[in-house]
Amino acid sequence: MSASTPDAGATTGAGWQPSARELARRRTRQQQHRRRVLIASVATVVVLGGLVAAVVLSPGWARVQATFLDPHHAKESLPAIAKGFWINVKMFLIAEPLILVAGLALALIRQARSAWLVPVRGLAVVYTDVVRGIPTLLLVFLFAFGMPALGLAGIPTSLFFWATVALVVSYSAYVAEVFRSGIESVHPSQLASAEALALSRAQTMRYVVVPQAVRRVVPPLLNDFVSLQKDTALAASVGVFEALFAAADYGNYKFNFTAYVVAAAFFIALTVPLARLCDALTRRMARRERAGAL
Amino acid sequence: MADPLLEARNLRKSYPRHGEAGPRVVLDDVSLSVSPGDVVCLIGSSGSGKSTLLRCLDLLEPIDDGVIEFRGREISDPLVRPQEVRRDIGMVFQAYNLFPHLSVLDNCTLAPRKVHGMAPTDARAKATELLERFGLGEHVAKHPDQLSGGQQQRVALVRALCTDPALLLLDEITAALDPELVGEVLEIVRSLAESGTTMVLATHEMAFARDVASHVCFLDGGRILEEGPPSQVLGEPTEARTREFLRRVLA
Repeated sequence: MSASTPDAGATTGAGWQPSARELARRRTRQQQHRRRVLIASVATVVVLGGLVAAVVLSPGWARVQATFLDPHHAKESLPAIAKGFWINVKMFLIAEPLILVAGLALALIRQARSAWLVPVRGLAVVYTDVVRGIPTLLLVFLFAFGMPALGLAGIPTSLFFWATVALVVSYSAYVAEVFRSGIESVHPSQLASAEALALSRAQTMRYVVVPQAVRRVVPPLLNDFVSLQKDTALAASVGVFEALFAAADYGNYKFNFTAYVVAAAFFIALTVPLARLCDALTRRMARRERAGAL
Repeated sequence: MADPLLEARNLRKSYPRHGEAGPRVVLDDVSLSVSPGDVVCLIGSSGSGKSTLLRCLDLLEPIDDGVIEFRGREISDPLVRPQEVRRDIGMVFQAYNLFPHLSVLDNCTLAPRKVHGMAPTDARAKATELLERFGLGEHVAKHPDQLSGGQQQRVALVRALCTDPALLLLDEITAALDPELVGEVLEIVRSLAESGTTMVLATHEMAFARDVASHVCFLDGGRILEEGPPSQVLGEPTEARTREFLRRVLA
């Protein structure tokens, strides 16, 4: 053992004080940290500044500003768009839980091994394949115009209702595939240990596989949520007076596109907090599961 | 005595504790010196700090205090790039940690090709030769999940050896294996030791440590309580804690 550098203060236990060497290291780390912060700041300023300059110095900037970023038109179009956006939010809040339930049900049906469920399994496969193949806009048209046209007694004729149904149908197929990939990513050893505890197949799914799968698919699910929020604007195509329709309405009367930017701002204001919330949830789950483990 | 290849002085490592005051001290004033050709065995019960010490030596965990020198250069300096140090240190984990998406051969040639800039054909030839020497010749094209635990751990050893490391760190590499598979892995370690490979290994195999180690360290509560040649630490321990530990593991 070399005793060439007896580090001052390298005592033990509770009375430990960092040695001179460690203090020097901490100073170095701090310097490195400050350097990284500086580089990050400079890089950010350069990149953002460059982007802003490129836009502002472009030849058509004055015209773009007048047609897309007019404060007067923004203020004037705001109330109608805000009112319309509430319809988007309602549609999203109604559709999302239904999509989650339907998507998970579809995924579970595809995983089911019961002989009784074979025909339903086939239907689930056809459903996801066909629905995912149809553009969502087309589904909105088909449901909103086609369903009331059937003239069946008791069928709702509300455009809002059928547009929501179209979104549920379309997104449940995507979400089902997300859930399915999550379920399939759970390691077979988990199935084995659940089966070894004599859990039934349904219990294995309910208590072991699905909880792990759901945790894993939170980020891709969020991706679909955000997409769904935006696709509520497809209801404008069948005449539901939501945010995009309100913006288009305003723009068509006043020959100014600022209303579209206002509508976009509303959508962003909804998706960004949701994304951050989901990140925080994912991090919390990961921390809890890995607590103490290396 | 030759200059040590690796030297750690007064290492301290602690983890923050959840919900409790003060950190949990995992390594407390640990010093260790490894000369070329040494086989240092770390023994001690679970939680005594053996794995943490190995992870700190490979710079996988930052230390709170102390100095680590490798080939006479301080590697605990924050200005040292850990990747540069790890090029010359091989590490094998308790749970093998092979890459499941790569074949056995690709597991072994990844670092030689991507880190050491070896030509793919050379890397493959070298890995194949090592795999064959350790009785894994028929498994080169398989994926890790198709192999037994012992075979996987042997592949992990070959993967660590393919880059010609100056130092090998082995973290309880037989702890996850069936007793009958332990032998095949330890046999490789034994032959490596005989051919002069420098190693630091955490192990629960006392008989193996007695045979192969040039130096044994008994860790207890994050400190090296007793160290010396195996005949002394394992044969005539002076510390009561060491005797108690040996009585429990040899019972």
